[in-house]
Amino acid sequence: MTLLAYENSHTLEVFLIIRCLIMNPFYERTKIEVFMKDKTVRLPRSLLSLGGNITDEKMPIWIQETIKAIMLPIAGLLLFLLIWGTGAQNINTSLGKFPGPTQALEQFNSLMSEHNNERIKEEAFYQRQDDRNSERLALDPNYQIKVRRYTGKPTFIDQTFTSLITVLTGFILASVIAIPFGIMIGLNKNIYAAANPIIQLFKPVSPLAWLPLVTMVVSAVYTSDDPLFAKSFVTSVITVLVCSIWPTVINTAVGTAAVSQDLLNVSKVLRLKPMTHVFKVVIPSAIPMVFTGLRLSLGIAWMVLIAAEMLAQNPGLGKFVWDEFQNGSSNSLGRIMVAVLVIGFIGFLLDRVMLMLQRMFSWDKQAILR
Amino acid sequence: MIKNSSLRLNTIRRSIMRSTLAIAAGAALSLSPITSISALAKTGYAEKEELKIGFIKLTDMAPLAIAYEKGFFEDEGLYVTLEAQANWKVLLDRVIDGQLDGAHMLAGQPLGATMGYGTKADIITAFSMDLNGNAITVSNSVWAEMKKNIPHKEGKPVHPIKADSLKPIIESYKDAGKPFKMGMVFPVSTHNYELRYWLAAGGIHPGYYAPHKGDTSGQIDADALLSVTPPPQMPATMEAGTIDGYCVGEPWNQQAVFKGIGVPVVTDYEIWKNNPEKVFGVSQKWANKNPNTHIRIVKAMIRAAQWLDANNNANRPEAVKILSQSNYVGADYDVIANSMTGTFEYEKGDKRDVPDFNVFFRHNATFPYYSDAIWYLTQMRRWGQISEPKSDDWYKDLAKKVYRPDIYASAAKELIAEGKVKMKDFPNFISETGFRSPQKHFIDNIVYDGNQPNTYLDKFSIGLKAKDKL
Repeated sequence: MTLLAYENSHTLEVFLIIRCLIMNPFYERTKIEVFMKDKTVRLPRSLLSLGGNITDEKMPIWIQETIKAIMLPIAGLLLFLLIWGTGAQNINTSLGKFPGPTQALEQFNSLMSEHNNERIKEEAFYQRQDDRNSERLALDPNYQIKVRRYTGKPTFIDQTFTSLITVLTGFILASVIAIPFGIMIGLNKNIYAAANPIIQLFKPVSPLAWLPLVTMVVSAVYTSDDPLFAKSFVTSVITVLVCSIWPTVINTAVGTAAVSQDLLNVSKVLRLKPMTHVFKVVIPSAIPMVFTGLRLSLGIAWMVLIAAEMLAQNPGLGKFVWDEFQNGSSNSLGRIMVAVLVIGFIGFLLDRVMLMLQRMFSWDKQAILR
Repeated sequence: MIKNSSLRLNTIRRSIMRSTLAIAAGAALSLSPITSISALAKTGYAEKEELKIGFIKLTDMAPLAIAYEKGFFEDEGLYVTLEAQANWKVLLDRVIDGQLDGAHMLAGQPLGATMGYGTKADIITAFSMDLNGNAITVSNSVWAEMKKNIPHKEGKPVHPIKADSLKPIIESYKDAGKPFKMGMVFPVSTHNYELRYWLAAGGIHPGYYAPHKGDTSGQIDADALLSVTPPPQMPATMEAGTIDGYCVGEPWNQQAVFKGIGVPVVTDYEIWKNNPEKVFGVSQKWANKNPNTHIRIVKAMIRAAQWLDANNNANRPEAVKILSQSNYVGADYDVIANSMTGTFEYEKGDKRDVPDFNVFFRHNATFPYYSDAIWYLTQMRRWGQISEPKSDDWYKDLAKKVYRPDIYASAAKELIAEGKVKMKDFPNFISETGFRSPQKHFIDNIVYDGNQPNTYLDKFSIGLKAKDKL
């Protein structure tokens, strides 16, 4: 059952026509929503299960659902910790036993305290610098005071943020290029035919193959005495961009090309201008595919970045892992394990954020996203 | 008024500074004693205050870490960031293209680069970072065989262990059709030459280079095949069985002992007593642009070196603690301490006193001697990296182009004037020629005189002679 109600709708008209057109028996069963003043309001979920075949008399559904939603992941995690913990004890490396959960937690704490100590040192550094600057100003009144950034080591947290900023920059740049390009080749079969070989050729290339080329080109082309960004940052961003652009391009193109003929007809009937056509019909309809592409891209971007940082020794989590591996101290493996978990967790968070955005932008609030 | 005159004084001072430096550069290129420099005006402010200096994770990067941690760099108004590099090639390339202002380098790197072996670029050094500090380690299985050929006294192998004891093993490898492989860290590294020297002294041919024929593998006629592995990866590479032994700096020999994967057999102190090891290298272009900064860096590093050797290594435990931080060397305290605090552990449990295993300051360790540079050049010639015969003067001219005791002297004199170091700890800058008197104390007892590189080359039984060409 679908309830449609609207008041004074103007821009909504097109939408609603579309909606009516794509209605089908499957939608009928799952969709109960109200359209009001450009807003979609979802009705309580309980209305959905009026059919009643999943209810349990003793336990309300929501408790069942909560238990499933909370307990099952926890059980999975516990099982993983158990396997990790017991497995770790039985692996002897030349750097001692493989770190188990407790060692990883220990190293996590030590990384945090290192971070805090570094911040204290940083304050002292700025204090000394101020003293030195004022001393010099007394001797040399023409001296232009310049505050130099802290020269200490980047901590684990600093490295994490460096990686995050790098990956987001690369990803956003890639998206800015990929989405319009994808729409373009999706709309026009001829351009698609021309671009397709190039996309297919570059899509499977590993970041590690691009890296030396990117590094050399960046150091040759990007030269200035006072660069805004560090070369290593530019290299990482470009590598991320080149590798993560393809899923978005392809998915956007597919999504654009797959707009249903009915919608295209509607657009024709209403004689929409090209831009209106793109923004009101093509993009809304392609959005699920675009986001599928963006999520794939972001996942790839994150993986590529860690590899690139490791290989090129660019600041970030990848460098952290490599440095620890090189150190070969008895804590190294534990620290690497912390980094692995943090990398995984951040990858997960990034994906969740994309999913949230997808839900926000997608008109079809009922589509199952996972 | 006062403001104005002090300003003028400043500019005058700077111009004096500039002219003295020009004289200094001239003096270095002529054959006169290096430091005919008159009393120096105080070094001006640094031209570049924010610096990035590269290093490789080895204990002999200590002067840099100490200069940073003890605030010696900041005392000179320098804000230095120290950055570990992946390997010696990356480090050199980044100094050449300006991403690094300077770096902890192998003594052979500035010479090789200036000569054009590998990447061609003018690199100079005004500061020698340490003496000794390397060792040769072999895998457990090789050691088990070697041990049978070594005389024992009171249940312990007699040192120094010569490569003669390794020779039968290499022959058995040859009979079995297996290559005997060893790792070193870079084609122009001190380790390469020390390993070659040790092998050749025991009658094992380490192989020739022939760059004029495009062969830079260094394995022509070789009994033992030498290849490049970055220092921190040595233990792992040997553990994987890719190499049977290696020559590297600390802590990577002690790491093998701790991990139980190999046994250090000989230190470079035993191969050549008090051999020069790392230098602080900058590009010539950078040095021309930042003369004051360069002197200031050297000042900070002289103080750091002095601190490291002060009171019979009393500060070493503290230094080890600093080095064991993950951003410097990062190995465990115990591993680094084993070689940095005056001892060296060979076979597990066989810990011996080697007080001079790492020398940072005493014995004029920081002074860039021309004769040290020339020794490395003779070894490059001996193994074919320099393919053509060269005159004695060629060796001396190249050494004088790369090694810059004049800059060192300016820094040291200023520190003496500031009362931070003592004059007796330095060579006599007026009469010092930059050539050490003929050095004995090599494992094969051949005497080295830096003034006669070609005569020296003719003394070896294995290796190219002065006039040989492949």
